[in-house]
Amino acid sequence: MENKQAGAGSKIKNIYKSDRHMWRLIIIMILWFVFMAVTKFSKFYTVVNFQTMFAQFPEFGLMSLGVMVCMITGGIDLSTVGVANMTGISMALLMQWASGESQELSPIWILIVFVLAILIGMVTGAINGILVSKVHIPPILATLGTGQLFTGLGLVMTNGSAISGFPSTYAFSINNRVAGIPVQFLIFVVVAIVMAFLLSKTTYGKKLMLIGTNENVAKFSGLKVDHILIKTYTLSGICSALGGMIMLANYNSARSDYGSNYTLQCILIVVLGGVSPNGGKGKISGVLLAIFLVRALETGINRFPQISSYYISLIWGAVLIFVMVLNYFTENNVKLFSKKKA
Amino acid sequence: MQKLVRKLLQRNETYIFLIIFALSLVIQVRSGQFYTPNNIVDILSAMIVPGLFAVGAFLVILTGGIDVSFPALASLTAYATTKYLLDTNYEGNILIPILMALVIGAILGAVNGFFIGYMNLPAMIVTLGTASVFKGIMQGTLESKQLAVIPSGMKDFGTSSLFTATNAQSGLSSRMPVAFLVVIFVYVLAFFVLRYTILGRGIYAIGGNENAAYNAGYKVKRTKFLLYVFAGMTASVAGIIRVCMMQQCHPTNMLGMEMNIIAGVVLGGTAIVGGRGTLTGCFLGTLLIVMVENSMILIGVPVIWKGVFVGLLIVIGTAVSAYQSTKAGTKRAKKREEAA
Repeated sequence: MENKQAGAGSKIKNIYKSDRHMWRLIIIMILWFVFMAVTKFSKFYTVVNFQTMFAQFPEFGLMSLGVMVCMITGGIDLSTVGVANMTGISMALLMQWASGESQELSPIWILIVFVLAILIGMVTGAINGILVSKVHIPPILATLGTGQLFTGLGLVMTNGSAISGFPSTYAFSINNRVAGIPVQFLIFVVVAIVMAFLLSKTTYGKKLMLIGTNENVAKFSGLKVDHILIKTYTLSGICSALGGMIMLANYNSARSDYGSNYTLQCILIVVLGGVSPNGGKGKISGVLLAIFLVRALETGINRFPQISSYYISLIWGAVLIFVMVLNYFTENNVKLFSKKKA
Repeated sequence: MQKLVRKLLQRNETYIFLIIFALSLVIQVRSGQFYTPNNIVDILSAMIVPGLFAVGAFLVILTGGIDVSFPALASLTAYATTKYLLDTNYEGNILIPILMALVIGAILGAVNGFFIGYMNLPAMIVTLGTASVFKGIMQGTLESKQLAVIPSGMKDFGTSSLFTATNAQSGLSSRMPVAFLVVIFVYVLAFFVLRYTILGRGIYAIGGNENAAYNAGYKVKRTKFLLYVFAGMTASVAGIIRVCMMQQCHPTNMLGMEMNIIAGVVLGGTAIVGGRGTLTGCFLGTLLIVMVENSMILIGVPVIWKGVFVGLLIVIGTAVSAYQSTKAGTKRAKKREEAA
């Protein structure tokens, strides 16, 4: 079919085909960075801009990692934002209480607060996991319900307004930079490495894929599916809780309806990163790339003041559907633009 | 008689009805305000918009799909229609706005239907995406703002009433809006379609087992497509009715209703995986959610707790229905073992 001249071309094609999602993302990313370089070079390519970007994306990046593991099992976690906000609110209240009148907080509290946040994430995640695995509620509904519940609890705790009067020690230390690298990003890197390790180097990761591919087969081959599902949702809860802690630092306040469009954004990122919504397929590298791409896109769009910020939701929705359609074509081997073979 | 009781006890609707009844008694005891003519009419008129949304969501869930885009779809349609009619100084009656909403709703619903029905993409993610797109079109392209004035025809429709119920004790009275007739019409239509047409039986068949339905000769893709179009149309009418009843167009206050509506439908005994569910259950489930939302104040619970209660209701309700269906599954398996 192919002659020798096309040899190099077919090699590239093979590399492209080996990991379509990855290469597609990389191509989009390069195109976007070139576009930004041509149009808004001086505003986009600054150290501060990149530092801000790296400080911003961990909040929804962490949540996306949580959604990712759930989606690999064929489920979904829609309660991430609820968990994040509830964690942020309760920790803000705790710090307010701990500092008292003095508005001073010893650094040890930051550690305590993080440990407690992880605990909250574990508990909320375990609730989701039990509802999904033991009670057999479909993941969409279970996490929808608990998400509503956690958001509601956050609303009750704050009385509907924002909590802001807590010591600045916390926000200051998280918003800090270590050798020019934002602390938020460091937290994200740690979680991402742990996730990558769990997914690729442990049997847990393999089991996760098997459950996502076929839950019945997994059950009959002796896997404790319920246990693994609970673990997975717990993991997702922890990710969301940490995301909430970063949100708390970035906004320096906590409120029950912060980040309400993150639910969609997380699903977009995970699907964009090549995780199949039906489960069983997905790599963390794709999701990490997608997280960065989404942030770069949004930051880039914000550099054009004539585009209303309302368009962002339109763009996300359209990109999500576009990616799904693209996946549909590649998975079903429908070729629109190739020559028909004689 | 005994047979009837046993049959009723097996049905989800009976339990929902009992819960509604118990809740109404609690409200009645705490406030003495539930079983008054005006409160009943108030609840029914608060049912109009959620009730219409629920029919669309119910039919979609019956086929095993899900639609979370209807509030955004309804908001976009209602805003676009109202804005256009205001700009053209429309003076006529309600028919043109409803017709316009139906057309726009059908087009937007067809977008959902195309991706879900013909391309077989996951319904949840597609509708999340389209919801975001609809919202973006409304707020970005149309630059939606609150419209304090609405065309006179729509205003008249919103204020006209079938009858007025008055509470003799407190002197408060409530109107029953004409729009309630629309709800009755849609429910009757859905009832007949589900019960007496091939299309309706196909909806249950697809929800039960899509491949089997396809092999039995049902047009699976077309049925799904038509359903999302229908859901878009009912949602749009609901959006227009809401604008008429509120006497103003507030673009974003319908957003976020999807969770409660879906919860109501599932509480009414509709299986989230599709194939099982009744229209009565759908209505009763929605009624329960509306009652919880509207009557919290009557039992003295602060409004701020609403989210917690609705969330709990969703979790408990879906847990019960999931538990029932797994129990039914094991029962069936046992029977099969015994037969073998």
